[in-house]
Parts: sequence; C-alpha cells; structure tokens
Amino acid sequence: METAMRPIIRMTDIVKNFGSFRALTDVGLDVGEGEIVVVIGPSGSGKSTLIRCINQLEVHDTGTIEVDGHTVTRGAGLAAVRAEVGMVFQSFNLFPHMTALRNVALAPVRVRGLSWDEANQRARKLLTRVGLESHAEKYPAQLSGGQQQRVGIARALAMEPKILLFDEPTSALDPEMVGEVLDVMLQLARTGVTMVIVTHEMSFARKVADRVVFMDAGRIVEQGPPEQIFDAPRDPRLRSFLNAVLSH
Amino acid sequence: MSVFETFLNWDVFVRVLPLLLSGLWVTFTLGLLAIVLGFAGGLLLALLRLYAPTPFRQITVAFIDVFRAIPILVLLVVTYYALPFLGIRLSPFAAAASSLSLVSAAYSAEIFRAGIQAVARGQFEAAKALSLSPFRTMTDVVLPQAIRVVIPPITSNAINVMKDTALASVVAMPDLLKQATQAQALTANPTPLIGAAVIYLAILLPLVRLVALLEKRMAAGHR
Repeated sequence: METAMRPIIRMTDIVKNFGSFRALTDVGLDVGEGEIVVVIGPSGSGKSTLIRCINQLEVHDTGTIEVDGHTVTRGAGLAAVRAEVGMVFQSFNLFPHMTALRNVALAPVRVRGLSWDEANQRARKLLTRVGLESHAEKYPAQLSGGQQQRVGIARALAMEPKILLFDEPTSALDPEMVGEVLDVMLQLARTGVTMVIVTHEMSFARKVADRVVFMDAGRIVEQGPPEQIFDAPRDPRLRSFLNAVLSH
Repeated sequence: MSVFETFLNWDVFVRVLPLLLSGLWVTFTLGLLAIVLGFAGGLLLALLRLYAPTPFRQITVAFIDVFRAIPILVLLVVTYYALPFLGIRLSPFAAAASSLSLVSAAYSAEIFRAGIQAVARGQFEAAKALSLSPFRTMTDVVLPQAIRVVIPPITSNAINVMKDTALASVVAMPDLLKQATQAQALTANPTPLIGAAVIYLAILLPLVRLVALLEKRMAAGHR
C-alpha cells in the first residue's frame, strides 16, 4: 500500500453511535499525503459517517483522529482543521441567496481574511477551472445540478485545502450530468491534493483511486489497490456487493 | 341633524384635524419604536432560545411564554398603575413602548426561531465545513435565508403592534384614539372617532394587502 507517503489523516479505533445504532465500529484508516482513497460499500455501511468524522460534521464517540498532525477535538483547533479540509456534499449545499462567485469567495474573505477583490479574483479563476466562468453571476437556482456541484467543488477549493472530502458528489445528479462532475474530480486528482471520496461510481473509482476501501456494517472489510478490489475481491461481502452493483 | 351630519360632520372634522394629526404622530412614533425594539429583541430571544447554554435557554423560553400569554392591556395597566408602588414611575409613552415591545419581542422570537429552523441543515454543515465562525454562519448564511421566510409573518406582527398602540389610550397616552375621544367630548360629536377609524384603516389596509402579496410571492417561490 501507500506506505511511502506521510499520513495526513490518521483515524484510530473510531466508534460512532447514533442512539442504539452503531454506525462505525473500531474503524482505523490512514490516508497518505496526496493519496486518492475511494470508499465504497452498501448504503448504511458507515462510509459517509466515516468521512464526516474527519471534519467533525459528525462527532465520533471514541477513538482518535489526526489531521495533518493536529488531533481533531472540539474548540479552537477544530476551526484550523476545518480550514484545511474542503468538503463537497451530495446535495451541493450551495448558499442559495448568493451568486456562484459569492459562494466561492465567501470563506476566503471571512476565514482567511482576504479582501473581496482578491477573493473574487481567485473565485473567478476557480470557476474557470471548473468550466463555469460565464455563470459566475448566476444564483444556484439558475444552474443545473452538475453546474451547482462544480460550484460546490470550486467553493471547497477556494480555501486551498490540503484534503478534499467528497460525500457521494454525483448521487443527487441526473445521469447526464455525472460525467461533467467526475471530469472535474479527475482533473483535481492529478494536482496532488489528498482526496477521500465516497461514491457509487465504480468505474470512476477504478480509474482514479490509489486505494479502494470497502465498508460493510460500520467496519472496513477489505482495502487495496483498485485492481485487487475489483478484479480479485477476497471477502464474500465485497464479492456480493460488486456483483450487485456491477451486474446492472 | 341627519345621520350624515352627525357622523361625518365636515366642520367638526376640520376643527379637530390638528388634534387627530398630533395623535397620529404619537401613534406612529410609538408603533415604530415598538416594532423596531420588538424585532431586535425577538431576534436576540430566538438566538438565545436556540443556541444559549441550557439555563439561559430555559429562562428565555419562560420569558417568551409569559409575554405571549399575558394580555397587552393587562401588561400595560400593570406597568403604568402597579409599578409606581415599587417606586418605578414610567411615563405613558415609556409604559406603552415597553409593554408593546416586550410582547412583540416574544411573538417575533417564535417567528424568527421558526425561520432559522426552516433553513436546511446542509446550509449549517456547509458553513461548518468552510470553517465559518458561528457569528458569520448566522449573518452570512442563516439569517438572510431565515429573514426571507419570515417577512410575511413578521410584517403581520408589525401590523398587530401598530393596532395595539390604541390600547395605550387607557394609560392617558395622547395617541390617535385618545385624541379622538377627547375631541369627541369637546365637540359633542362622534365625527372625530369616525375620522380616527378612517385614519387607522388608511394606514393599515395597505399593509394588510402587502402581507397578502408577500405571502403569495413566497408561495410561488419567487426569490
């Protein structure tokens, strides 16, 4: 595996309960700097919960999480961690009362202290990078799902994060828009940023992943390079999962 | 005297108009002050109710409940006639303004709370993920969306406050209604009362229409 890389995320013995439901059971995951990790598994297997713990949208019950050397806890340290970790959501979560440009420029101004001029300039560059330079002044409601998600990616990039988390970024999209979002993600993967991606797009996972992690019932069941996971799966749960998702 | 001359006597109306207008001015200042204070207080109460540590939250809930339950007229009479026994002597204007503001704040608090809770959870999560501070999350992300949702009910509440200013006439506040009743006594003619009613309607009817329009626009999903 990617042992040569310095781990930028270290998750050890993570347990997360929702009431009496155990979403994560003793999960350990290290992600190397610049590594692309794709997390797959059936719904309810804990993959979203796992990546939401990294920036503490879910607060884990026990275990430790380190991001870039900082232990993730509540309080002032958390803001510093979150500023290094960008997130792209399944339902985009763009701010509907702001233009695409403003959505992207907001956090750099409020968190990094950039001037609006500087931030807008950077936001325009990012929107160009995701192919939306002509849509900068539009509101989210005026954009297609695929365009909204690309704004979502630009917004996450605006903070110049070391780590990007993708929580099923194409699951809410019409099929014809999935490609444009995956293309942008593929481009990003080549820039050397660390990415942790939860997705159901198996061919994308095969193409982009350095490592694929398969989760089932709150545990990491099997992980390895995509060729191994997809072509030579060992665990029967992984086999039946792949059978189910690849057969149609 | 015909009915017309009794209730709509032009000479009487012209004679008492300055009195009515001075009353209208008082009504207007009182209403506006109570609306502004009520909104500001309501927003503060809503934020305390949603985000303050438990004991403060409970105190806020109790405060809101009490001022939603008490009839304004009772509160007004208590502040004006009972507080002096504690050595607190408020002017009619101060008594009316504080009573109306407190009740309006309690109602506004519930409206703002509903508005904030109507903002999707994903908006809070996106703000958190971007590392926005709680203050910035509120001012940049949550409140602009919440306020849009609450514009119709909050305008409706403003109309109620404007109407309730008339209650202040019981504490000798020289508002529009009080001046009208004075004028009626002075002229021995009900025309000033009719005049006052017409003035109230002239101000409030357009506002009622406005609320209806806003609600329709909201329902249609316009930005």
